[in-house]
Amino acid sequence: MSGGWGELQVWALIAALGLGTYLIRLSFLGLIGDRELPPFVMRCLRYVPVAVLPGLVAPLAVWPAATGGQPDPARLLATGAALAIGAATRSVLGAIVGGMGVLYLGLWLL
Amino acid sequence: MNTARTHFLAGFRGGLPFLLVLIPFSLLFGVLAVETGLDLGQTMAMSALVIAGASQFTALQLIADNAPLLVALVTALAVNLRMAMYSASLAAHLGHAPLWQRALVAYTLVDQTYGASITYFQDRPGLGLRDKLAFYSGAVLAVCPAWYVFTFVGAVAGTAIPEALALDFAVPVTFLALVAPQLKSLAHVTAALVSVVLALALAWMPFGLGLLVAAGCAMLAGAAVETWGPGRPRQEARP
Repeated sequence: MSGGWGELQVWALIAALGLGTYLIRLSFLGLIGDRELPPFVMRCLRYVPVAVLPGLVAPLAVWPAATGGQPDPARLLATGAALAIGAATRSVLGAIVGGMGVLYLGLWLL
Repeated sequence: MNTARTHFLAGFRGGLPFLLVLIPFSLLFGVLAVETGLDLGQTMAMSALVIAGASQFTALQLIADNAPLLVALVTALAVNLRMAMYSASLAAHLGHAPLWQRALVAYTLVDQTYGASITYFQDRPGLGLRDKLAFYSGAVLAVCPAWYVFTFVGAVAGTAIPEALALDFAVPVTFLALVAPQLKSLAHVTAALVSVVLALALAWMPFGLGLLVAAGCAMLAGAAVETWGPGRPRQEARP
């Protein structure tokens, strides 16, 4: 085990992280149940996927760790390709295969 | 044919494409966990209890960096805070299910099961609770067992994964595949743009808090365009 992390500390982290993550996931599903939410909240919740996922992707695509945080043309092209194919075809498989395909092609060519 | 069965199979098929990146990604987690010094039991316990790739990799990184326990915990948990928003979003669809079923839904609530299900539910406003749960279960069965199995394979087989596979892109490409079909109106596109711009501008914030601020503002932006913007998107039926 590296540095100051002992057996017990690793187990403590795993247990606390597992429990904490579960409580985050259960939060609204567990508490709200079948209570009606105000229309404004419902309207906001419709935008959860488009509000969270692009913000998660953006730094990973623009400043990839693999290039030490430097913008990389291959990864930017692959991001555009995955997005365009996914939006046009609504196909998860198409977006993943297309995105990774453009990435490998770009890494090989550029 | 039984409709629940149809939707279950649709969910299973909907989850399968994610395996293309989820399998190498979970292999990589197994390999890195053992390299970091975790034993097989600890590696498997983390994948079984946490089931959240980004958070698990963060935890490994912090253990390797010899960070204090509390810092490692808070940072790795913060990565998962977005799931509270998934939970609220799914509660609108599955809130009528009995508590024990909602407890199981919560355990298996990951980006892929959430993303595949929410697109499916929103495309089919009349879908009943039983059919929604069936689709969700199908997606879970396609995605979650693979996470455990290939963590195990990675931890045991433990050889280096070639860098040429560029697995750092596994996470972005998965999220792009999840979000692309959601870009269906001006309000959705606006929310996505606000999310991107603010996430980049606030990347300096600690514990990934920038993402949460960006996501909150993006939701409001989407709701505002829906309410006041031109060309209202089609109204969805209340679940």
